[in-house]
Amino acid sequence: MTTTAELMDYAEVVERYDPVLGLEVHVELSTNTKMFCGCPNSFGGDPNTHVCPVCLGLPGALPVVNGTAVESAIRIGLALNCDIAEWCRFARKNYFYPDMPKNFQTSQYDEPIAFDGYIDVVLDDGEVVRVDIERAHMEEDTGKSLHVGGATGRIHGAEHSLLDYNRAGVPLIEIVTKPITGMGERAPEVARAYVTALRDLLRAMDVSDVRMDQGSLRCDANVSLMPKGASEFGTRTETKNVNSLRSVERAVRHEMTRHAAILADGGSIKQETRHFQEADGTTAAGRTKETAEDYRYFPEPDLVPIAPTREWVEQLRATIPEMPWERRKRIQDDWNLTDEELRDLVNTGAIDLVAATVDAGATQADARSWWVQYLNQQATSRETELADLAITPAQVARVIELVGSGELTNKLARQVVDGVLDGEGDPDQVIEKRGLKVVSDDSALLAAVDEALAAQPDVADKIRGGKVQAAGAIVGAVMKATKGQADAARVRELILERVGA
Amino acid sequence: MSNISRDEVAHLAKLARMAVTEEELDTFAGQLDQILDAVAKVGEVAGDDIPPTSHAVPLTNVFRPDEVRPGLSQDEALSGAPAAEEGRFRVPRILGEEQ
Amino acid sequence: MSDLTRLTAAELADKIHTGEVSAAETTQAHLDRIAAVDGDVHAFLHVDAEGALEAARAVDADIAAGTAPASPLAGVPLALKDVLTTKGVPTTCGSKTLEGWLPPYDATVTRRLREAGVPILGKTNMDEFAMGSSTENSAYGPTRNPWDLGRIPGGSGGGSSASLAAYEAPLAIGTDTGGSIRQPAAVTATVGVKPTYGGVSRYGLVAFSSSLDQAGPCGRTVLDAALLHEVIAGHDPMDATSVDAPVPAVVDAARQGARGDLSGVKVGVVREFSGEGYQGGVLRSFETAVAQLKELGAEVVEVSCPNFTYALPAYYLIAPSECSSNLARFDAMRYGLRVADDGSHSAEEVMSLTREEGFGAEVKRRVMLGTYALSSGYYDAYYGSAQKVRTLITRDFAAAFEQVDVLVSPTTPVTPFKLGEKVDDPLAMYLNDICSIPANLAGNAAMSVPSGLSEEDGLPVGLQIMAPALADDRLYRVGAAYEAARGPVLDKLGELEASK
Ligand SMILES: [Zn+2]
Repeated sequence: MTTTAELMDYAEVVERYDPVLGLEVHVELSTNTKMFCGCPNSFGGDPNTHVCPVCLGLPGALPVVNGTAVESAIRIGLALNCDIAEWCRFARKNYFYPDMPKNFQTSQYDEPIAFDGYIDVVLDDGEVVRVDIERAHMEEDTGKSLHVGGATGRIHGAEHSLLDYNRAGVPLIEIVTKPITGMGERAPEVARAYVTALRDLLRAMDVSDVRMDQGSLRCDANVSLMPKGASEFGTRTETKNVNSLRSVERAVRHEMTRHAAILADGGSIKQETRHFQEADGTTAAGRTKETAEDYRYFPEPDLVPIAPTREWVEQLRATIPEMPWERRKRIQDDWNLTDEELRDLVNTGAIDLVAATVDAGATQADARSWWVQYLNQQATSRETELADLAITPAQVARVIELVGSGELTNKLARQVVDGVLDGEGDPDQVIEKRGLKVVSDDSALLAAVDEALAAQPDVADKIRGGKVQAAGAIVGAVMKATKGQADAARVRELILERVGA
Repeated sequence: MSNISRDEVAHLAKLARMAVTEEELDTFAGQLDQILDAVAKVGEVAGDDIPPTSHAVPLTNVFRPDEVRPGLSQDEALSGAPAAEEGRFRVPRILGEEQ
Repeated sequence: MSDLTRLTAAELADKIHTGEVSAAETTQAHLDRIAAVDGDVHAFLHVDAEGALEAARAVDADIAAGTAPASPLAGVPLALKDVLTTKGVPTTCGSKTLEGWLPPYDATVTRRLREAGVPILGKTNMDEFAMGSSTENSAYGPTRNPWDLGRIPGGSGGGSSASLAAYEAPLAIGTDTGGSIRQPAAVTATVGVKPTYGGVSRYGLVAFSSSLDQAGPCGRTVLDAALLHEVIAGHDPMDATSVDAPVPAVVDAARQGARGDLSGVKVGVVREFSGEGYQGGVLRSFETAVAQLKELGAEVVEVSCPNFTYALPAYYLIAPSECSSNLARFDAMRYGLRVADDGSHSAEEVMSLTREEGFGAEVKRRVMLGTYALSSGYYDAYYGSAQKVRTLITRDFAAAFEQVDVLVSPTTPVTPFKLGEKVDDPLAMYLNDICSIPANLAGNAAMSVPSGLSEEDGLPVGLQIMAPALADDRLYRVGAAYEAARGPVLDKLGELEASK
């Protein structure tokens, strides 16, 4: 049923058209409880076990706003350099959908808690682009539906659906950019860099898990093209289901090439929702709606207005941590990094991890080397983000410490890290389980040395005779016997001691 | 003067998810027209200088502490369900897309 | 008829707490009365004899053990409007769509009643989702007015008020969105109070119009209503619109008022509540009431609230708008009625078919009206303008309360009409609430107290008293004083005739 869309070569697209982007990011807050009820806000759980009359939309139940969610919303607004509303309300967005218990979403409509901000985004080559923020507002998440029957478990062809409302009512902040223009060929990269910057910011503020793979950070990308030099925006499409940073870039790029092909052919773009398809990086049209949406917004009568005092806003402003990009600048200075070294750190997403590793006691050179090299390779081969690797900065710091003290060789250290990544426990547990510690007990080593010397008396004689370099053969034999767990330098010392050379 | 057509009433019924009958459409169109005529009177005094009132009480900033409260068990949650399966509410196949 | 059912709640409480009668026999007497007359009156949709007796026996056990009663009303049974949730006990809101639904939780009002040791006899009939002024919109058949079984008992809370007038219960709970407590009280010659918005928790009150709905006490005397008011009122963290302020001392005010002295009290007569559409007997009853207030020492002045004439149209935009959204949840997915789930229909179709089947005509009408009023393109002209009228009405009240302590008016423009008389004329039906609606729009407190019988038809008339928000105590002082001067009205009602 999907027809392969005609695509224009990207170089031609950017030669003929100017892209306009609008990004809507939904962030699930990591509060203890939901937006309007005291149910736990936690990922997973048996279906319909984190529910109550409020989030199930039972007749008679009433919402009450989670104060911590409001604080998080204000803090996010402040971090995005927004104005904070003096007075704002929730509204009801009315539409029917089975995963929405009340058949309206309690959301902020024309009175967002934060508006008119910006964020400076660093591109791969270090260029800084300012993205203007239109608004950040509070709302609630929907439940989840499971489609049963049919071939794919997708909505089409399903025989019936099963609903779980554990996620219904989880606090969301929706962050909407103003139209991003003038980015030309870099538009897809800007989109990715923007979402990356948001993710880093939200993580630094500890307000969300920001896991795109689990849906706690979701991005809808609006894309339109206008002929070069034009000033009136073209018709846009909104691409949903974009589940990774890389996909953000791919989705925008795909839509640009698809739009361009249609426009160049004299066609027109249909304003519609499209779904990103991870497998081939394309987008597919959603079902066309029969009638235009009319959400019949009106102020939520069950919730009273929010009027943050300026004192409260200032108190919250004081809790905003240093922003990741400011921190980057400071770290570059503190660690004396070249632009290129900093870029490696930023591109691999390692900077905060390295900093945390340094905070845990490692030197910045060691920490940098581990994250940018070995761990980055592991992230690539395991197809995950560096930050999502199953190892903490403290664990990396511990490994570095063990290498420093000679208890691990670099080779062993990598095996320890592998064990941690494979979920075998923390470094010391992995060492214990895999028996990886450097053999530093001289008596055990001496036995191995003696054995090796006895096995090769001719070599022993050579060494005794002054040919110290012949010791290499004995070192090799000892290392083989200890399965590489001995410290080679110490083995050499012991051999020389033993033969009395 | 007619405020509302039969087609508009049909559209409203669709928006409100009610499969009203043809006969009801006729009745409701007439009645809604009459009612709208009467209520349109609010426009006479609703000047631009008058702020709207959405809430009867002048309260602001009513918040709940971010503390978990006991909710319903799965059985209680599903107790009123017309159909349930595997701890979930079972509903007929959904045609529309998620919003 | 047992004598116990003729006593007031205050008298019953006294007898129960002194051990003269048991709560169980009091409850049983009312259950017997329900069994005897409710076939005619049809005030109840569900009678919970077991639950009520169990609660009564718990009170008796406390008293036997010498424990202080849980509240001044412990052991006095009550009829609960079927719009408040009761855990494990059917809650239908008078709608087919909730037939058989057993809520998994108690409304805050229900919880407070239980904690106060008030046995809940059952759930009372009402217009579907509280939309109506006659109880004829109940999916389970109308309630009949004990004064004349061929007439309406008012609505939406006709069941609660009729249960009082028929001596099936000494106390009842109603909810009032545009007059649903006061109008039934007026046409049955009982007392009904709409507390200040936010005074009584709405948690578990199945919403009709969230910004207007308010639960309140109903009784046969002002003091009984006051005693019940203090049991159910007070701040509730589960309701964000609940007012975090001390409950006005309404029982003290009722006792003070009953001494019959209103000197120093300024009473305002609202000029706009008279004229065309008002029954002669109703107006004359009102004039007599005003004269009596003067005799009690009150200073009476006329005040003008010019925007009150816009209250009815504003109400019939705001309430339907909010209800169109509040009732969206009845979609056959999670609870309640589901039709056409035969494998051939999608979820969307099942929703539409179920809502068509499950809702009555008045509900559908209001849902569509509200859907229209909120639609883009119409919002400003309808819903937006109605909210501005709300501001104007609040200002009118504020200006009036600068001059006077309370306002008075007839509760309804006419005495109870015949069943079926206005069913097909929504606009005529809506006019019943013309005097009661302003208090809902502004969130004020208001009461209806019996003011005798209309001279032309011998049917009950109510006097409405309105007070500023959070000054509910003024209602009780003035209401109790007037009640004492006026004398009982319900006594004029003879024993119910046998079934017609
Ligand atoms: Zn909940």
